[in-house]
Amino acid sequence: MPAVDLKEKARLIRREIVESTTEAGSGHPSSSLSAVELMVGLYFGGVLRYDPKRPHWPDRDRFILSKGHASPILYAVLAEAGYFPTSELHTLRKLGSPLEGHPNMRRLPGVEASTGSLGQGLSIGLGHALAARVDGRSYHVWVMLGDGECDEGQVWEAAMAGHQFKVDNLTAIVDNNRMQQSGMVADVMNHMPLAEKWRAFGWHAIDVDGHDQDAVLKAFAEAQATKGKPTAIIAHTIKGKGVSFMEPDYTWHGRAIPKEQEAAALKEIG
Amino acid sequence: MTVSSAAELKMGKATRDAFGEALRDIGKSDTRIVVVDGDVNNSTRTEWFAKEAPDRFFNMGIAESNMVGVAAGLAACGKVPFVASFAVFLWANAFDQLRMGVAFPHLNVKVVGSHAGISIGEDGPSQMGIEDVGLALSLPGVDVLVPCDETQTRAAVKLMVEHDGPIYLRCGRSGVPIVYPDGCDLQLGKAIQLRDGDDVALMANGLMVAEALRAADALAAEGIRARVLDMASVRPIDEGAIEAAARETRGIVVAEEHLVQTGLGSVVARVVAERHPAPIRFVGLHTYAESGPGKALLEKYGLTGEKIVEAARTLPNR
Repeated sequence: MPAVDLKEKARLIRREIVESTTEAGSGHPSSSLSAVELMVGLYFGGVLRYDPKRPHWPDRDRFILSKGHASPILYAVLAEAGYFPTSELHTLRKLGSPLEGHPNMRRLPGVEASTGSLGQGLSIGLGHALAARVDGRSYHVWVMLGDGECDEGQVWEAAMAGHQFKVDNLTAIVDNNRMQQSGMVADVMNHMPLAEKWRAFGWHAIDVDGHDQDAVLKAFAEAQATKGKPTAIIAHTIKGKGVSFMEPDYTWHGRAIPKEQEAAALKEIG
Repeated sequence: MTVSSAAELKMGKATRDAFGEALRDIGKSDTRIVVVDGDVNNSTRTEWFAKEAPDRFFNMGIAESNMVGVAAGLAACGKVPFVASFAVFLWANAFDQLRMGVAFPHLNVKVVGSHAGISIGEDGPSQMGIEDVGLALSLPGVDVLVPCDETQTRAAVKLMVEHDGPIYLRCGRSGVPIVYPDGCDLQLGKAIQLRDGDDVALMANGLMVAEALRAADALAAEGIRARVLDMASVRPIDEGAIEAAARETRGIVVAEEHLVQTGLGSVVARVVAERHPAPIRFVGLHTYAESGPGKALLEKYGLTGEKIVEAARTLPNR
C-alpha cells in the first residue's frame, strides 16, 4: 500500500462528513467526527487488509461499525478507499441511495454488518472471528462501539464470550467521546472506569488518545500482536472533533450542521 | 398420502430428539454447518452434534442476544449456523437480534426453538414458547416450519440446510405419534393432505396434526367427511390448498399448540379473507398455561381432537 498522508485523509473525511450530513439535513456528524483518526488509521494506515474490488474476499480483514449512527464516516472512508465514487456521498439519506441513515450490508459494498440497533456489532464480529477459526483463516476483525453503546448488556455478553473463546483476532475499539444522546456519559450512565471493565472481562485493554494518529496506529499494532485474548482499545476522543462549536455541546448528537453554519465548520477543518 | 385411522399411529420420538439426530447426521459430513448453543445443548439435543463436531460447536452460555449475533456473523462468513435454545428464550430474549442481525440482512441463519408449546408440562409457563411462531412470522423473509413428528422433523432439518435464507424450526419436548411412518416429502409452501374430504377442512401443525386425524375419525363416524391438511410450512404458506379448502368445504378448523391470534390460524384467516371468504374456527391457546402433566394441560387448555370436533360441528351447513 503506498504511503498515504493520513492528516490530509483525515481533513478530507471530516469535510465529507460535514458536507454529506448538511446536505442531507440530518444525521450524526458529531458521532462521526470523533472517530476520524481511528478510521483513517485502520483503512489508510496499513492496518486493515482489504480490496475494494473484492468486497467479499474471504481473507479480508473485517471492520464492523457497531455504532451504526456514525455511518457518515464509514461511507466517507469506504468512498475514499475506492468502494464507490466519492460523488455518491452527496446522496446520503436520500430516497434510492444505498447510503442509508444506518449501514445496510445488503446495499453497499464494504459494509460488513447492518447496524443501528446498538449493542449488536461485537457479537456479529465474534461470529466473524470464530468463522476464521473454523475455516483456518487469519483475518482480523475490528468492531467500533460507542462509549454510550456500552450501556447495552449484549456488549458484555459478547465480551464474556470473546474471553471464553480466546479470540485474539477480534478487537473492540470504543470511541470514548464522553457524550451520549441525552447528556454526558458520566451523568447518564457512568460506566467508568471502562478499560478496567474490559480487563475484568478478560480482555487486553489499551487506553489511547483517539486523535493522536501515531498513538492510534501503535495501539492497533499492539492489538494485532496480542495473543490468546481479544483486545479492547479505549480511544479517548472528542465528539464533534474539529468543529469548535460542536465539541462542548452534547445536544449536537443526531443533528446536522445547518447550511448557514457549514462554511464556518469547513473553514475550521480546512 | 392418506392416513386411514389415527388409531394406527404409533408413538414416536419428540421432535427435538429427531432434530438432534438429523443435525448430527447431516452436520457430520456438511462442514459448513456450525452450531451456536445457549447452554441448553442437552435439552435441545445439539449435544449430539457437539460430540461429532466439537470444533464447529460454540456454547455461548446463558446469553441469547449474543448467541444470535454470533450466528449472524458466522452466516455472513458463509457458514450455515444452527442457533438453538428454548423457543421462548430465543424469540423473546433475542428478538431484536433476530430482527436486526438475521431478518433485516436476510442472513442464512437456522433458528431452532425447542420446548415449544404447553406440552412441556411441569416446568410451567415461563418455559413454554406459545408466542414464538407469531414472533417469527412478524419478521419479513423468515420462513417457519412446525413439524408434527420425527420423520417430518428430519425432513425439515434437511430442507433447512438446502434452503438459502433465515428459517425457524419449532420443536417439542415430548414424544409424539408418528404421522409419517414411511417418510415425508416436506416442501416449503406445500400443505400435505393426509385425509380427503369435502365437508369440512381441518388444518393443523405440530402435535395437533395427530389430533386432527383423531377428529377426522370421529367426524367420519358422524358422516362428516373431513379433509385433513398438515400445515408444517407456515411460511411460505400453501395459499392454493387453503383457497381450495375454503371453496370446496363448508369451512375450516385450524388447530395449533400456539396462541390463536398470531400463529397458523392468523395466516390461514388472511389467505381465506383475501382469496375466498369462508367460515373458520380456531383451536389454540388464548392464555398462558400452568404447571402440570403435559397431557393434562393439553386437555385443560383445549388442545385435543375432541375440541376440533366440537369446533367443526359449529361450521354452518351448506
